[in-house]
Amino acid sequence: MNLSFFAAGAAHAPVNPWVALAYLVSGIFFILALRGLSSPSTSRTGNRFGMAGMLLAVATTLATHVPMIEGDMQNSYAGPDFVLIGLVVGAIALGAVIGVTTARKIAMTSMPELVAAFHSLVGMAAVLVGLAAWLNPSAFGILDAEGQILVASRVELGLGIAIGAITFSGSVIAFLKLSGKMSGSPILLPMRHVINLGTLLAIIGLVVAYAMSGAGGAGEGLLVVWITLAAFIIGFLLIIPIGGADMPVVVSMLNSYSGWAAAAMGFTLGNTAMIITGALVGSSGAILSYIMCRAMNRSFLSVIAGGFGADDSGGSGEAREQRPYKQGSAADAAYMLEQAEKVIIIPGYGMAVAQAQHALREMADLLEEKGVEVKYAIHPVAGRMPGHMNVLLAEASVEYDKVFELEDINSEFAQCDVAFIIGANDVVNPAAKTDKSSPIYGMPVFDVDKAKQVFFIKRSMGGVGYAGVDNDVFYMDQTMMLLSDAKKMVEEIVKAID
Amino acid sequence: MDFISILSIFVLACFVGYYVVWSVTPALHTPLMAVTNAISSVIIVGGLIAAAEAESEIAKWLGLGAIVLASINIFGGFAVTERMLAMYKKKDK
Repeated sequence: MNLSFFAAGAAHAPVNPWVALAYLVSGIFFILALRGLSSPSTSRTGNRFGMAGMLLAVATTLATHVPMIEGDMQNSYAGPDFVLIGLVVGAIALGAVIGVTTARKIAMTSMPELVAAFHSLVGMAAVLVGLAAWLNPSAFGILDAEGQILVASRVELGLGIAIGAITFSGSVIAFLKLSGKMSGSPILLPMRHVINLGTLLAIIGLVVAYAMSGAGGAGEGLLVVWITLAAFIIGFLLIIPIGGADMPVVVSMLNSYSGWAAAAMGFTLGNTAMIITGALVGSSGAILSYIMCRAMNRSFLSVIAGGFGADDSGGSGEAREQRPYKQGSAADAAYMLEQAEKVIIIPGYGMAVAQAQHALREMADLLEEKGVEVKYAIHPVAGRMPGHMNVLLAEASVEYDKVFELEDINSEFAQCDVAFIIGANDVVNPAAKTDKSSPIYGMPVFDVDKAKQVFFIKRSMGGVGYAGVDNDVFYMDQTMMLLSDAKKMVEEIVKAID
Repeated sequence: MDFISILSIFVLACFVGYYVVWSVTPALHTPLMAVTNAISSVIIVGGLIAAAEAESEIAKWLGLGAIVLASINIFGGFAVTERMLAMYKKKDK
């Protein structure tokens, strides 16, 4: 393979070794930031490392790229361009005010849509930087001897802009779905796989054409515009067919894309901090997507293809026979909870919707005062983003050492007196273990059928889980259905325990 | 820097990312997303460079736009991560 055109990349502006070193240190700080998250006790130090790394990267860039006015015939002044410096500082300050206010005000239950909104900003920023580099390549040091943008830089630019644009429009749709401004149910266009694949191939073709367009080729500018537009469209098309409960995968995937976009721009700039960060964020999102898919026993492709949970299987709702179930009251539940020795609480998205986490914590406190052992069990896909339930429980001041992951606690259901299911459904459905025809077959689930008693808080018997399948847990002998709003039910139980 | 050096850093950083992210406790996956979001806004560096070189008026304004968006993320991302992490408590009774 002839790498000579890559070697031409040496034309990047000569780098001051101290500057390069500063960016490297900033990259290392970002690694330490993620490393800190291995345990809650080190996590805050980690976050500080992240801030320090960012400060270093920004300060280094500011110090080496002071806006200057060149003196000429009409204008004898040469020196710092204070107007532009003011604009840059103002832009940072504006972002800081918006960012900090949002971060302070946002409710913990809205965290998924906030993260989606933030991803869209990274995507858009990548597009803007890419376009700026295309318009002013000399500032980025990506010109060859003839004043053309280097071929390798064209590929990086094209990809960076495309990934950024996909991240932007995809995240906007994810945000609209997560915040309920758009229906969470899949929107299925006819022939959508053909359309998506076609658009994707078109983007690749456009990037290749742009890279090859060579010396002053006409229509070069148009190619960049087409890449941007096509990528905006595919981001939109990719996310609309994906249903609400598959959003954990989507949000993780977009997280990954925002990283790859930053990495592509890092290649263009030859900037180590951006490349290291891009690689970290890209892998992080990819791993989270993988964890989410594994926890649903579905392939990444089947999630991305979308349509899961769409009502196109037809008529399963009506065919469902009425089976007998036991319904209980808050007083019954309170009585049995007080008698129990060990209670495992399984929260799900319903708890987030009902904002029941604080009431739940109150209930757990009362039970613990009476000597009951209370633990929390969290499924990897509970909620709308990875770790969603953990944050909500932490918000309600539940100590994190009482919160357990699926594989760590599943064996304990056999020794527990009450499995308390609040707002979860598919993650306790035994059909995942036994019914090969079920859409959730193979998904790891909690063995609540082994518990002596199961309390199932649910709005009504009508609704089924996201997967649209009936749940045998409702009809087990040891199950008591508590049909009500999750928060109201838990508050009533709290009153009954007192 | 030449392409191969940059590529080497990138590939090695992917491996570092792989191992570091697998060591993140699942309980902190939401803060992980928030903080990765904040650090990926290091793309602000590109915006700062574009804005500082006034040769192209449009590129300058695109750069300034990128600075605003990225700095919303940087400040918002770190602040919200800090807020979340402050809530994780261990039993200290």
